[in-house]
Amino acid sequence: MNRRPAWHVATVVESRPETTTARRLELEVPTWPGNDAGAHVDVRLTAPDGYQASRSYSLASSGDGTRVTLAVDEIPDGEVSPFLVHDLRVGDRIELHGPLGAFFVWRPSDDPAPVQLIAGGSGVVPLYAMAAAHARSGEATPLRLLYSVRSPGDVFFRPELEALADRGLPLDLVYTRTAPPGVSAPPGRLTAEGLRRAVFPAAQRPRVYVCGPTPFVEAVAGWLVDDGHDPAAVRTERFGGA
Amino acid sequence: MSFITRGFSGRRRERDPRLPPGQTLVADWPVLSAGPTPTVADDAWEFVIGTENDVHRWTRAELEALGVEDVTVDIHCVTHWTKLDMAWRGVSLDRVFAEVETAHRFAMVHSFGGYTTNVALDDLLGGKSWIAFEAEGAPLTAEHGGPARLLVPHLYFWKSAKWVQGLVTMPRDSPGFWEQNGYHPHGDPWREERYE
Repeated sequence: MNRRPAWHVATVVESRPETTTARRLELEVPTWPGNDAGAHVDVRLTAPDGYQASRSYSLASSGDGTRVTLAVDEIPDGEVSPFLVHDLRVGDRIELHGPLGAFFVWRPSDDPAPVQLIAGGSGVVPLYAMAAAHARSGEATPLRLLYSVRSPGDVFFRPELEALADRGLPLDLVYTRTAPPGVSAPPGRLTAEGLRRAVFPAAQRPRVYVCGPTPFVEAVAGWLVDDGHDPAAVRTERFGGA
Repeated sequence: MSFITRGFSGRRRERDPRLPPGQTLVADWPVLSAGPTPTVADDAWEFVIGTENDVHRWTRAELEALGVEDVTVDIHCVTHWTKLDMAWRGVSLDRVFAEVETAHRFAMVHSFGGYTTNVALDDLLGGKSWIAFEAEGAPLTAEHGGPARLLVPHLYFWKSAKWVQGLVTMPRDSPGFWEQNGYHPHGDPWREERYE
């Protein structure tokens, strides 16, 4: 299939709150060629005077078909995310360039190595796409997701992740500030020990995908390498400065 | 094919002429990399150039003896951010290549951790690139490529390889890591050479 990146016109068909700060956008893109799980797009907005602003967003959807899902977390002093979260309405059109990214993707394959997904905050978006694609594929390769969030209201794709967990996805949620009732562990940042307990051990030679804010990815990837994971098997995607 | 996005006016009305198309100014310095940050010991670091004729090696002290320059340049990341007027300190590739003989016109840059990126020698020479050890008045942190990264400010920043180890000259152009993964072989921000 030809999935070379190109410009596409996307029409908003659904928009609803995703977390306390994020919005889920369902887009209909008639010319969309399909995408691998983990791919991203550039979103371009154009003002009446010709001013344009572009930002990259990971896709929460994958596979064939012309329906594309974004989950946009608002950056309070941002220029594009507040518009997408607050102003964009059903029926509006935006431009997408994509699908982009051939490296931070998961595809069904003959590789029997287990797959470990590790997300911080909105970094779960491409990893959710991978977990969902893995479940759809029926692949026997083990896959698990470790997901760090501040509080229960910050969980992206909660119903979908719970459904995947019900079907057998090992899902480890770490609450860093506020844990929901019934969770025995006190809230706190992920530690090297907590990471080691939740992920496939290095001896199983897992393929690891880490996505989140830079300090989170930096810490997690460092601990993984310290624990003997092959750096070449650890793929990272980051957002934010350092 | 662009059309107006209903309701969008944008925040920054004045556009700095130093901003290439599709770019947005940032004040912080975002970090992007494909894998874990490699740990590179300062005292073990050396820079290596391999050509059809020879292999050349420089320790950091030997490189700095060629002449350290302070440059202030703008950097442009393919993910749409631009940082203006960044102060860098490093050694020009011109000074390094003064000691190298090659008929090749291209190079594959290699980093600790296995990253590669291809650059034409015309894009490295003529005051266009440096081996940088410092940015904004401080040694490069590991996240930003320390102890040394390539600096090729007139191309998108993925060409400015972090944790640079050296380069191998090539008779013909050949794609590096991101270039094999969909990015443009050249990467000129003013022509928006983002994706292949």
